[in-house]
Amino acid sequence: MNNMYNEIVMDHFMNPRNVGEIENADGIGMYGSPVCGDMTSVYIKVDNDRITDAKFKTFGCGSAIASSSIATELMKGKTIDEVLAITTKQIVSELGGLPDAKVHCSVLARHAIKSAIYDYAQKTGKTYAGLAGFNPDADEDDDE
Amino acid sequence: MKQVYLDYSATTPVKKEVLEEMIPFFSENFGNPSSAYTIGYKSRGAVDLARQRVASLVGAKEKEIFFTSSGTEANNWAIFGVCDAMKDKGNHIITTKIEHPAVLNHCEFLEKRGYKVTYLDVQKDGIVDPKALEDAITKDVILISIMLINNEIGTIQPLKELCQIAKKHNILFHTDAVQALGNIPLDVKELGIDLMSISAHKIYGPKGVGALYIKDGVKISNFMHGGSQEHAKRAGTENLTGIVGFGKAAEIAKEHLMEHIDRLTELRDYFIDRVMLKIPNVALNGHRSLRHPGNANLRFDYIEGESMLLFLDVKGISVSTGSACASEETTPSHVLTALQIPIEQIHSSVRFTLGDFTTMEDLDYTIEELAVIVEKLRQISPISK
Ligand SMILES: Cc1ncc(COP(=O)(O)O)c(C=O)c1O
Ligand SMILES: [Zn+2]
Repeated sequence: MNNMYNEIVMDHFMNPRNVGEIENADGIGMYGSPVCGDMTSVYIKVDNDRITDAKFKTFGCGSAIASSSIATELMKGKTIDEVLAITTKQIVSELGGLPDAKVHCSVLARHAIKSAIYDYAQKTGKTYAGLAGFNPDADEDDDE
Repeated sequence: MKQVYLDYSATTPVKKEVLEEMIPFFSENFGNPSSAYTIGYKSRGAVDLARQRVASLVGAKEKEIFFTSSGTEANNWAIFGVCDAMKDKGNHIITTKIEHPAVLNHCEFLEKRGYKVTYLDVQKDGIVDPKALEDAITKDVILISIMLINNEIGTIQPLKELCQIAKKHNILFHTDAVQALGNIPLDVKELGIDLMSISAHKIYGPKGVGALYIKDGVKISNFMHGGSQEHAKRAGTENLTGIVGFGKAAEIAKEHLMEHIDRLTELRDYFIDRVMLKIPNVALNGHRSLRHPGNANLRFDYIEGESMLLFLDVKGISVSTGSACASEETTPSHVLTALQIPIEQIHSSVRFTLGDFTTMEDLDYTIEELAVIVEKLRQISPISK
């Protein structure tokens, strides 16, 4: 592949996994906006504190789409606490790396996932340590 | 895989005839044009011939063409040179919000050094309102710099009218004609231009060579200091092969100008019409007819430009986008912003620029792939209806 992304990223970009919406989702998270260039929404199904299904939709660059795809793959089957521990670094490394200027696009996926769990927590009245201090509407840095 | 290059406004391939004309000047006729012996004279002759050809393409006198290292250098020289030469007369420059960075960033540089710069708005179709120029003029204005054809949206400015306004107020007029050269009939005398920047690599010549047209009698300070090349106005040993290539490219451009324009216009119109017919929710950025014959800047609602560029690249199709989320802040195109296009639609814009080697088959292939890609990306998009 001769462009700026490696083969793993291109595969997830060209054939994104888990695209779509979930009817009666247990949590929905949204981050970014088309105004800032990238936007992702994430839908989750939860059973017994475990993510049983995850889907996403993304308006954005190759990095944003590939990150959302791999992040939803990563979280399926994991417990909520495990998912909340997923870092941007981990998403980027699962993708085999991203160009420096494109790392910030992967923050989008992580934040949207957290927002979906936050939504679930709000609806069910549950609390998770990994959500401490989390504000779904705040801008997030990718320094984690 | 099929390769379709649709980014001719970024750069063009060097034509075979151009390359052939350049080759002897690398190792055989390599003499320094300033040297007094035979092979030096040969090189001098080649530079003179190139100057004649470039001058002829734009209706200038030979002595009004000064070769530079690029269109960028020509723009920088024109702005700096006039501002320096006229510093006793005033400190105000008028330009537009849609100029190439080679103009805008130099203006910003001068602003930090005390110059006043007015950046004119454009209308929603990308055209400067001559009345807005008239209204912006103050007694301190020493230079008006307005590009002839915009590189992103291809819009052609009413330059003759704008020049007349400058003339009326006795203000020097510079135009960045890098995208216009060889793509529209262009005559500096007819338009009344004082200074004009051009570049070889947009007209099937080599990269790294440009020229500044300076109307006879216009006072402008030097930008490059050194030897006495280019009538002691632009120092540095001539880029001999580059200049020779520029000259040949200019000759070809002049010879085939109308044919080139007619052919590109037909292909462009076919492309725009077919894309809009086959794909819903597509719009054209910039004036429909006052535009570069090979420019189609289109926005595809609900999807982001870079993802389209990537997909097209995988299919062997090269295009460019107006914005890139290459930095922390996604920077939307300053040109599309000036057109007051909603920001989410700026992110959805893609520029296709056609050229002499573009064929109808290339366009059919592109339209076919494009329809599939847009459909696929819209399915992924959270804002798609
Ligand atoms: C309108 C315009 N001005 C200036 C330039 C710069 O020319 P060059 O690439 O020769 O420096 C370009 C090329 O991108 C251009 O499109
Ligand atoms: Zn991005």
